[in-house]
Amino acid sequence: MPALPDLLFYAFAGLTLLFGFLCVANPLTRNPVTSAMFLVLTICSLAGLFVLLNAFFLAAVQVLVYAGAVMVLFLFVIMLLDLKEEERRQLNKVALGAGSVAVAVIAGILIKAVMSAKPAAEQLVEGTTKPLGRILFTQYLLPFEILSLLLLVAMVGVILLSKKELK
Amino acid sequence: MDAHAAHHAVTAAAPAFSSRPEDIAWFILLLPLIAAAGITLLVRRSNFLAATFSLAATTTAFILSFVLFLTFGLGDATAAATPFAWLHAGDLAVNLGVTVDKLSTLMLLVVTGVSALVQVYSLGYMHGDRSFPRFFVGLSLFTFSMLGIVLADNLVMMFLFWELVGVSSWLLIGFWYEKESAADAAKKAFLTNRLGDFGFLLGIILIWAAAGTVNFAELSQKLGAHPDLLGNLSSVAGLLVFMGAMGKSAQFPLHVWLPDAMEGPTPVSALIHAATMVAAGVYMLCRVFFLYQVDPAWPVALSFLGSISALDIIAALGGFTALLAALMAIQQNDIKRILAYSTLSQLGYMVMAVGCGGPDAAMYHLTTHAGFKALLFLGAGSVIHACHHEQDIWKMGGLRSVMPKTFLTFALGTAALIGLPPLSGFYSKDSVLLAALENGHPVLFGLGVLIAAMTTFYMVRLVLVAFLGTNRSEAAGHAHESPGSMTWPLILLAVPSVALAWLPLGDYLRHHFFSDHAHHAAAVSDEISVGASLSALFGGLNQILFEPFNHAPLPAVMGTGALLIGAWVAVTLYWKAERDPLPKLLGALARGMKNRFYFDELYEAVFIPLHDLVARFADGFDRWVVSGLVVRGVHGSTELLGRTLRILQSGNLQTYTFLFVAGVALVVLLALK
Amino acid sequence: MQVGLHHYLVVSALLFSLGLLGVLARRNLLVIYMGLELMLNAANLALVAFSRYNANLNGQVMVFFIITVAAAEVAVGLSLIVALYRKRQSAHVEDLTSLKL
Repeated sequence: MPALPDLLFYAFAGLTLLFGFLCVANPLTRNPVTSAMFLVLTICSLAGLFVLLNAFFLAAVQVLVYAGAVMVLFLFVIMLLDLKEEERRQLNKVALGAGSVAVAVIAGILIKAVMSAKPAAEQLVEGTTKPLGRILFTQYLLPFEILSLLLLVAMVGVILLSKKELK
Repeated sequence: MDAHAAHHAVTAAAPAFSSRPEDIAWFILLLPLIAAAGITLLVRRSNFLAATFSLAATTTAFILSFVLFLTFGLGDATAAATPFAWLHAGDLAVNLGVTVDKLSTLMLLVVTGVSALVQVYSLGYMHGDRSFPRFFVGLSLFTFSMLGIVLADNLVMMFLFWELVGVSSWLLIGFWYEKESAADAAKKAFLTNRLGDFGFLLGIILIWAAAGTVNFAELSQKLGAHPDLLGNLSSVAGLLVFMGAMGKSAQFPLHVWLPDAMEGPTPVSALIHAATMVAAGVYMLCRVFFLYQVDPAWPVALSFLGSISALDIIAALGGFTALLAALMAIQQNDIKRILAYSTLSQLGYMVMAVGCGGPDAAMYHLTTHAGFKALLFLGAGSVIHACHHEQDIWKMGGLRSVMPKTFLTFALGTAALIGLPPLSGFYSKDSVLLAALENGHPVLFGLGVLIAAMTTFYMVRLVLVAFLGTNRSEAAGHAHESPGSMTWPLILLAVPSVALAWLPLGDYLRHHFFSDHAHHAAAVSDEISVGASLSALFGGLNQILFEPFNHAPLPAVMGTGALLIGAWVAVTLYWKAERDPLPKLLGALARGMKNRFYFDELYEAVFIPLHDLVARFADGFDRWVVSGLVVRGVHGSTELLGRTLRILQSGNLQTYTFLFVAGVALVVLLALK
Repeated sequence: MQVGLHHYLVVSALLFSLGLLGVLARRNLLVIYMGLELMLNAANLALVAFSRYNANLNGQVMVFFIITVAAAEVAVGLSLIVALYRKRQSAHVEDLTSLKL
């Protein structure tokens, strides 16, 4: 009988992959809103995996930032653009085939690489808020500040891009 | 520090700029170039200024040449003015340098002197021509190039100016380029010369490869020390170099361009195609005569030639050219063409003299010939000018009375050319005959005597038909004496034609060539100096005048005899003749002579189809292989590749992504291997 | 079998491939964008797993940064899509072929 964390891992991993698949290649509908919704689910189950990896802070951030902010943005834009066209268009079979092959190949290569690697001796670490905050504000202080600047720049850029006419 | 460096620079530069008399040669060389450039750039529209520039430059050059002649020509010194490095390529170092010795100073005088007189003459002859300034540019450029040949101290520099002379000759023959015949003649002259120049160039390369130097002095020294320096190629090198002379001096079989070159203005014919340029070949042979003084040696393929030396071949070719040209001259009716063939014949004479081992005789004849042949051409020009560009002697006649100055000078020139003692031509021709006899070429000696008779015949014919008798055409009837600018040069040229040989020129030249060769020491009379030449002029004139008869009576007597026979035949046939009696007497031979023995037709039949064939092949090669296969092939394959790659550029983002992913997969795969 | 680094990495690789599939196969720009987000998250998962099993918090810091940058990137990208849509009246990749000459 496997331990509970292992069971949880399989559950969350399965959910992540299932939702991910439904997000990008839902066989029933190609509505972007559905895709966005499944993306939210994928991210949430990913947060579950983060928790299993003891990265609690990141799990929280993942849910807050992705499932909250980013997804809302996506939904807004989808509503704004009123995208219905893709549903009416035929699937490009060739593109789908080629894409699938490429994806399979990449997946195969990656998994093969992972499997052929020798696992190092495991030393576990707790990714709780306190040590993460410490390292973030000591060792990574400068990148952290630059990141805040990046956000500002992105904000200005977005506002400029979204204006109807540049003066 | 700076002052020190400057001091060094001054001491280093000092020798380069110290004024030595031989550096005058640079001025002589550059003056005509400056004139040509000045006229072209500054006074292209002004007839007066153009002529002034050109004439001033040439006259100054003549005066400087005279100074140089007095300084170096009369002494023993051979000087080389400060050379400029011009080219360094590997072992080959070519300087632009000048040689100042007896040979070059004499030739300088000839070139600048004739050039100056011809330019004065052109003032009258070219009066009213549309491109008057351009004519003087051409003359100046030619003078510059010719002086370059004369002064060159190495083969490469000589070749440079050799080509420049070809170009200026081309410019001047084709001066009236509107006339198709003139343009064709210019092309013919240039291309025929190219053939010879090709051989010349090969010869230069051969000599450089074997001897490692192209400088005349060094080469002569090396050959003197090691006569077998050129190995078994020595005779071949000599013949290749001779090919250059063959082109410029119009020797058989490259003689065909010279008569056609008469399409140019008459002063050009006088300057270039009679007095100077065509003499360049002979001058060059004299300059490199040391090359021929080694024992004959042939490569294996040519070993059947045995002990026949390059000089023997040169002599034979020269003699043959002389005979051929003299025969052709007999049946020409165009006054300029008669003179042109006469020039050919005399050039053959000179080349024969060189071949017989008498470069001094060749130079002697060259010098006197420059004078009287220029005189004859200018006289012919005067006649043509007076007869409104009528050149057929049978349409002239009776010009003696209307053009007394021209007639008198022309007659003097004729007398000099046919070698009437005591005019200059007699002595130089005598020295040529003597050279043939003394150096063991009795056949060529006989040929020379025969040609002398023929020369007399056709020249007397010319004078009788053109100047005596009654006028046979409208144009000749209205003829009048030419203006002073044309007659004065005639008179001035008549002086050397008559009296040049009264100077001890023969000894002078012999001294130059053979002063350090024992086997000719006997021929050298006394040390030549200013004093000696002056005393010779006044005290020994008598002795000089009869010297040929005393010293070697056979050639002198034979020459004079040939002269008398030729003159007698000509007078018998042509005295008061209205029509040419020769075609009736000689039949087919006369027709052959008149048609130049069909050489032009022969060349046209043989070389032109051959040339066309080669040209067509080259054209095909260029069209199909170079342009078709190589150029279009590269361009086509590039385009094909481009078109193929273009298919990939669909503009579809996902295609790009797909390719990108495929690339990444490949890289990862390779990295994992 | 004890769940270890390998398991997480395999999940990460599969998730990455799914994102790639979305990028390659879908033609709505927004969905392609979602595919990109999936790929980023797959990387995040791998980083966190590495961090966990190597006793090193640097990986988690990196993930933190990635999430932040991704947020900024999503904002900019979506505004670009909006601007593009305004100009072309389409958010379909097959209509966006101005890269072709």
